[in-house]
Amino acid sequence: MSKAKEVLLNPLFNDNPIALQILGICSALAVTGTLYITLIMCVALTTVVTLSNLFVSLIRNHIPTNIRIIVQISIIATLVMLVDEVLQAFDYESSKTLSVFVGLIVTNCIVMGRAEAFAMKNGPLMSAIDGFGNGLGYSVILIIIAIIREFIGAGTFYGIEIMPLTTNGGWYLANNFFLTPASSFFIIGFTIWALRQWKTEQIEEPEFKISKNSLETEKRAI
Amino acid sequence: MNNNDTIKKTLIVAVSLCLVCSALISFSAVELRDLQEANKTLDKQSKILSAAGLLKEGGDVTELFESIEARIVNLETGKFDYQINLDEYEESAFSRNPSTSIELTANNDIALLKRRENFQTVYLHYSMEKLNAIILPVRGYGLWGTMKGYLALQPDLKTIIGLEFFDHKETPGLGGEIDNPKWKATWKGKEVYSDSGDVLISVIKGSVDRSSSQAKYQVDGLSGATITSNGVTNLLSFWLGDMGYGPLINTLKDQESKDV
Repeated sequence: MSKAKEVLLNPLFNDNPIALQILGICSALAVTGTLYITLIMCVALTTVVTLSNLFVSLIRNHIPTNIRIIVQISIIATLVMLVDEVLQAFDYESSKTLSVFVGLIVTNCIVMGRAEAFAMKNGPLMSAIDGFGNGLGYSVILIIIAIIREFIGAGTFYGIEIMPLTTNGGWYLANNFFLTPASSFFIIGFTIWALRQWKTEQIEEPEFKISKNSLETEKRAI
Repeated sequence: MNNNDTIKKTLIVAVSLCLVCSALISFSAVELRDLQEANKTLDKQSKILSAAGLLKEGGDVTELFESIEARIVNLETGKFDYQINLDEYEESAFSRNPSTSIELTANNDIALLKRRENFQTVYLHYSMEKLNAIILPVRGYGLWGTMKGYLALQPDLKTIIGLEFFDHKETPGLGGEIDNPKWKATWKGKEVYSDSGDVLISVIKGSVDRSSSQAKYQVDGLSGATITSNGVTNLLSFWLGDMGYGPLINTLKDQESKDV
């Protein structure tokens, strides 16, 4: 596999920013109520992380070590503000629903993590590909969560009614829990489990071993 | 090669980065402002139309909105005010300025607004020279923040045509259901005032008992959203009461009886 392809595709399942690195969880909880809003958020984040990697990488040889984090944050914040402005101008409805979460991309660990870990050490093209790949990796998980939450919480898929709700005269009693952000924790948890069943090399070594059950030792004594 | 860490280089990088970033943001803010403002206006207009039941599927909002006449009303006297320019009126500025607003006391601040502006814009819809609908901006505190919306009344000034919120922060799926078309449809035909002129409209807990004599003043509560439901009741009681549009509604009624 060529390096570029590897850099692009690795973050999808092998090195997923959410499922393996457990980064950027906050927005994965907050904006996954409906699929449409999630897609907008994914596009916004992918744009920001790709461009921030590109620009950080372009000036990486001129960034003074002492202020490198500030420089990265300034670049990311600028991009986020631009994305927010564009969204307000061209998709006002979703910018209203996403409200602060677009602004909070600044604090998304994936963006800064990639800038610091990858873009500071690699060329502009490779960095942009890496940013795009990580944006896709983030998007994959968010879309999975959003599909599940929207389906169980509202009986719809991308706003199209699949299971008619009792409140609209149908038979499906919506599970309100799936409309609350907390439900994403469970879905992320199960997604990580499923991914590690598939790609067993992602299973981490336990940090400690649970000591033998005291009952068992007693039995042996007898 | 690596002399990036000198004070001179650090300063140069920091300053030039700031300049480039701020230039980019200012440029985009200025370039996109018109579009953003237009979006906001369009959003409000479509909510006003939709409250009055005038929004048609696929209809052009701007075109439809031409049938609506905006007027400034003095909330103290209940009379229309022609001194203030419509374009200059801004709700937030008026409600903050002590000379154009009043402070609400704990007794009358049921919608938790703290201050109320003395002037508001109301929207009138005429068809065939006759008043067809009056649309009143309303707002009040829900669970997480202020809910802002429009209430449209029929020319009898007590029957609701529709209620529509354009800005709120309620929980999606629970309080956020104030945007649910099914729920909004239940408002149609409800009455806000009793025969003696008291504000009776309320969002109740549970479903409305259709056989009850009070049913025409009651709307089904939103399940799992008691505080939002109460917030809606409170904001309507406030804005339809003496501190809100009560005086305006009296004026309009007097006019009508004179005309007849």
